Amino acid sequence: MSTADFQDFTGNMTEIGPMYPFVGWEWLLTLLCFVFWIAWHFWQIRIENREFKEEADKYVSKEVLDRVYKREEADPGV
Amino acid sequence: MENELTSLSTIFTEFYYWVTVVFMFLIHVGFCVYEVGVSRRKNHMHTLMKNTMLVPLVTITFYMFGWWIYFAFPNGPFIIGDLIAAPWATPWSELMGTHMGGAPASVALSADDTASWARINGVFWAAFLLFSWTAASIVSGACIERIRSNAFWIFAVLIGSVMWIIDAAWGWHPDGWMVQKLGYHDAYASGVIHAIAGGFALGILVVLGPRIGKFRPDGSARQIAQQNPWFTTVGLFLIYTGFWGFYAACNVPIIDVQQGDGVFFSATNIYLAPTTLSAITFNFLMSLAGGMMAGYIVSKGNAFWTYSSGLAGIIAASAGNDLYHPVQAMLIGAAGVVFMYNLHHWVEKKFKIDDAVSAVAVHGYAGFFGVCVAGFMLWGYPSSPNADYAVITPWGQFAGAIIMFWVLGFAPAFLVAKLLAKLDVLRIPAQIELVGLDISQEIEAEEAAKDVIGAERDKARAIGID
Repeated sequence: MSTADFQDFTGNMTEIGPMYPFVGWEWLLTLLCFVFWIAWHFWQIRIENREFKEEADKYVSKEVLDRVYKREEADPGV
Repeated sequence: MENELTSLSTIFTEFYYWVTVVFMFLIHVGFCVYEVGVSRRKNHMHTLMKNTMLVPLVTITFYMFGWWIYFAFPNGPFIIGDLIAAPWATPWSELMGTHMGGAPASVALSADDTASWARINGVFWAAFLLFSWTAASIVSGACIERIRSNAFWIFAVLIGSVMWIIDAAWGWHPDGWMVQKLGYHDAYASGVIHAIAGGFALGILVVLGPRIGKFRPDGSARQIAQQNPWFTTVGLFLIYTGFWGFYAACNVPIIDVQQGDGVFFSATNIYLAPTTLSAITFNFLMSLAGGMMAGYIVSKGNAFWTYSSGLAGIIAASAGNDLYHPVQAMLIGAAGVVFMYNLHHWVEKKFKIDDAVSAVAVHGYAGFFGVCVAGFMLWGYPSSPNADYAVITPWGQFAGAIIMFWVLGFAPAFLVAKLLAKLDVLRIPAQIELVGLDISQEIEAEEAAKDVIGAERDKARAIGID
């Protein structure tokens, strides 16, 4: 059993091409990469929407705003 | 590789691009530090992560389709010809992985393909990828403190893995249709990276709107102060540093440029026309100097604008920095800064555009200016070693600048921003903008600190310090 497309490093080096395992299954790796990318955006959109809702419910108040403004007045930047 | 000379030049080229990639990584470090320095404390962490996460997202999408676009789209496609086959750049190609350059396993590739691309594909891909991060990162700063991270990441993929690489195929490929037909010349990417990114940022900002409180009821702009000037300073110096790598990466380090009989080895620009690292080093530094000196004067010594003007100076001269005299580069850098500084303030006042880091000005206006000026300065120069291609002209460069800034930059960003706004996923809710994006993290951190302090007080009491 070998996942490699070549046998060893002692033969003719000009005959060695791809060196990664499972040569011939690149289309599947591409598909996995695409699915991972799209799925990540969907997960993240759901997480972001949930965070905004929770923060709005839990933390947005006049007291919190006053505290934020007080800090900005104390350290206004340059 | 069967002889020492071929091996040396191939492995030197491989190493050369690898070094440029490491240098260019500093651009992104600089952008992250800079954006945090400009944002207010209540938004620091989200600002940082918004920029940071473009790195993996643009990387995997540039792997999947960005790299292929560069080689497949030089004809448009369908502007002057069809799609071009690029079997070494498709994500399922064996050359998009670990490869010794020997016999291909795939019938889509020839032995010449594998011998040519096995050692260059990864580092060349990475050099272009780092340009992609830069394009996306330029846009990131403009819309801080009110854009949803997810919306920005969609824009990052659009500019980083689609739009800029289309313009690279058109105007930065030795056989791009803009090079062939317009004589477009943009050696160090005034338009190809900077004008498009500036136009793209403007397209988003028009729809996104300003931060709450940015403009007074009478329409004049309020100053939203930088939170950490030292971060902005370090960030911009890191961007300068990475910009060296960017310049080097725009060259091909060593090829035979002699046509016909004979041999003459030289570095070339991206169009394979001869230049030297020495020439672009003169011009990089002189245009930086011209930009900083002009920026210091027009902004009356403002540190933020002086540093940014150094970048804008380089950007304004970049289109022709392979050919300019250093003093020409300095003067063009200075003039570009005066142009972009005044245009920024006019646009801000007239159209109420809140560009938090002046990205549209520093990259977009200075880049547009640089492409156009190169048309006059290099009028009649060959745009590439191919004698059949159009020469450089003011009208060819002006058309190129319009394509970069408005057609490939502003227009797609504006349309996608409109779509995201319609879906209500473009801008953060107003109440979150007011309390800050980091509010939950801040309160959790405060509660955690109180918890630790309580435990320490208990211990202090237990050992008699109370």
